[in-house]
Amino acid sequence: MGFKIERIPAPLWTRPLIPIAAILLTFLLTATLILLVKANPLEAYYYFLIDPLSSRVSAIEVLVKATPLLLTGAAVTFAFVGGYWNIGVEGQLYAGATAATAIGVQMQNVSPWLAIPLMLAGGFVAGMLWALVPALMKVKLAIDEVVTTLLLNSVALFMVSALLNGPWRNPISQWPQSPDIAATAIFPKLIPRSRLHLGFILALVIIVILWFVLTKTAFGLKMRAVGLSPHAAQFAGINVQRTMLISALVSGGIGGVAGVSEVAGIHYHLIDAISPGYGYTGIIIATLGTLNAWGVALAALFIGLIDTGAQTVSRALGVPTYLGDVIQAALLLVTLGMLLLQRYRITRTRSKP
Amino acid sequence: MNLSNAIEMRRIYKQFGSLVASDHVNFTLRQGEIHALLGENGAGKTTLMRILYGLYHADGGEIWVNGQTAEIKSPKDAIALGIGMVTQHFALAPPLTVTENIILGYTDSFQIHLSEAHRRVAEAAEKFGIPVEPKALVKDLSVGQRQRVEILKALYRNARVLIMDEPTAVLVPQEVEQLFESLERLRQQGLSVIFISHKLNEVMSITNRVTVLRLGQNAGTVETQSTSPPELARMMVGRETFGVTKSAGKPAQGKIVLELGQVAALDNKGLPALKNITFQVRAGEILGLAGVSGNGQTELAQVLDGTRLATAGQVKVLNHDITNAGPEKVMAAGVGRIPEDRHQSVVAELSVAQNMALEHLDEFTRQGVLNKKSLLQHAQKLIAEYQIKAAPGDKIRTLSGGNMQKVILARVLERNPTVIIVAQPTRGLDVGATEYVRGKLLEQRRKGAAILLISEDLDEILELSDTIAVIYEGEIMDILPAAEAETERLGLLMSGVKANKVAAHGL
Repeated sequence: MGFKIERIPAPLWTRPLIPIAAILLTFLLTATLILLVKANPLEAYYYFLIDPLSSRVSAIEVLVKATPLLLTGAAVTFAFVGGYWNIGVEGQLYAGATAATAIGVQMQNVSPWLAIPLMLAGGFVAGMLWALVPALMKVKLAIDEVVTTLLLNSVALFMVSALLNGPWRNPISQWPQSPDIAATAIFPKLIPRSRLHLGFILALVIIVILWFVLTKTAFGLKMRAVGLSPHAAQFAGINVQRTMLISALVSGGIGGVAGVSEVAGIHYHLIDAISPGYGYTGIIIATLGTLNAWGVALAALFIGLIDTGAQTVSRALGVPTYLGDVIQAALLLVTLGMLLLQRYRITRTRSKP
Repeated sequence: MNLSNAIEMRRIYKQFGSLVASDHVNFTLRQGEIHALLGENGAGKTTLMRILYGLYHADGGEIWVNGQTAEIKSPKDAIALGIGMVTQHFALAPPLTVTENIILGYTDSFQIHLSEAHRRVAEAAEKFGIPVEPKALVKDLSVGQRQRVEILKALYRNARVLIMDEPTAVLVPQEVEQLFESLERLRQQGLSVIFISHKLNEVMSITNRVTVLRLGQNAGTVETQSTSPPELARMMVGRETFGVTKSAGKPAQGKIVLELGQVAALDNKGLPALKNITFQVRAGEILGLAGVSGNGQTELAQVLDGTRLATAGQVKVLNHDITNAGPEKVMAAGVGRIPEDRHQSVVAELSVAQNMALEHLDEFTRQGVLNKKSLLQHAQKLIAEYQIKAAPGDKIRTLSGGNMQKVILARVLERNPTVIIVAQPTRGLDVGATEYVRGKLLEQRRKGAAILLISEDLDEILELSDTIAVIYEGEIMDILPAAEAETERLGLLMSGVKANKVAAHGL
């Protein structure tokens, strides 16, 4: 008697079950941590998952938190589908935020109808440019983009820091934060007296475009072919380099828009803490959403919920808010593990006489 | 049981799915001999040796080591029985020294006495005549030196039988020389070596005996001294008697469609793989390219597919230059491509319908948007026409090899290509699918396509071709009408004997 591991893919219907199973398993794992601070895990999960939805104010806050995540999740997905492992959405977000600020402060006495599109375009281009060098290095010289895009994140953060401590330092408060953008450049609120802004609608539109491009267009099919099997794609006459370059640049552009949305929708100026790692969370969301546009939307909303809940749970039970981060990270590991394991099956073997 | 037999494998049977990889193979290794295991890719050489080394489990048969029956469940058992294996992919840790790599996993003590270990490794290197520097870091060593470390690792573990899996595939010629000297020295010390290869000249120069495997069966064991490259080639590709080809007699009369002029190309290691390849294929002609595997066939197919750059020469289709034009333009010139590696030419995770359209997506697209309906109808039509057992939405990876090949065939043939480049079209297929594929190729020939058939299966070449070219070490040895292609002559050409010398043999 023994066990044998076989490489047999699980049936297709199990696919959508994976994120759900991963969430349950993650909660089981993190329950031990909650027990360590002597809180009741079930109560904690109530505050994490249910309580934020029980009031209108906090439910809207979930959508606010989900806005940048929808965008970074879409950005990461666009690159990953094309076989380009863009870990640099965080830096592309900072590039977009910087461009948005630079444009936004100049928009005094300009119509919002001009100011907002200008900032969006500027942020998109800035994100693209920030993604350009590693993308070129990847397609022309085969230099691993995981390393280059990741390292450029720190460069972006330090450049923003230098700007804020130098030329852009707020002249009045002397804080390391830029002057405010013009009032006309600020994203309109969707609901009065809430923080929910135009960026949320924008993010939903981008999710829909993502879905359309990936599933309905020839380019989307080419991207998937390149991502799944570059050799077969090349054999079929698809320009692998160009396809990969475009998916890398568009990904960077969407990352830039996430930066614009944070500046124009939430802060109205640039600070060096404009993103608490939205770019990295985007990787979790893209993975959890199995690189599918609707999956990404659900995952972003779910993480938004946990982010909101983390604050409630810390107020109510004294569980540190970092538990929210732990849950997210654990969720990524569990999901990746399950995505891998679903390709195998363990069977019992009987040794032959 | 003869005591001078180091290894005796009896009636070894192994099946992977429906494929019989080892069909009741008998194999005997004497003490103190270098014994070649010769055969085409997929003939079952590596499978047999993995069974001996405990990496695979035989479904039937028995193994005797030094006159005693042995049960080898894992490499650990094999090592305990004095069997070592050196694969093409070395299992070495580059940042560690030679000594550390050699004792890694072969020391029971908690503490490592490095100077002691260095001394013992140096001793072993001296004793076996394998020159390595114990304190050198593996990452600083050449491929040939790393291979010596692997060999020494096996010997350090008291191996008396050494399995070398295509050891020369990764080496440059000078390193091959050194390897052969080392192996000869080991043989003189009474060790036995199993030398897996498909290169005839190496087998002739170093071994004492040769066992040829063909399609998972033992095609015979011969003394190296009493055999010749042509005989070995014949054993590898089968076919002692010579049948009548379907097309013998009339040389093709059509106009020249595919023309190669002095084409050269490099392989993945950057070494010359093709030299001065010149031939023409006419409309309605099948040119069969015969040769022992690894003589440039793969590279030639890729140059013609548009996936490998030619470093010299010209490829023309109907006088239109397509040299290094890339897959898209090659296809636009009317070339249909059925490559050797099916899995590398379809996207396994995409559907049948998507793969069928992948080469010509523009035709299923309006303003960038895919027309799902025409994609589906196109797939349904081809599935019916080519009797493919699959639904349009099935992922390619769920298909059997035969059905996958039919998908590729359908994708290519529906466009009535003027040229077809087809490599190993029936490898791994069952009899029914093989017949189907060959029938389709003959049908295209009747329709006037110029077909280049690259195959390591001589039966297939003889059955389908009008003209046969033989490739050896990247060069065309000769091109002759199928009617004149006697097995003897092909065997000589495939083993590298030039055409004029073939004539001198009186053939």
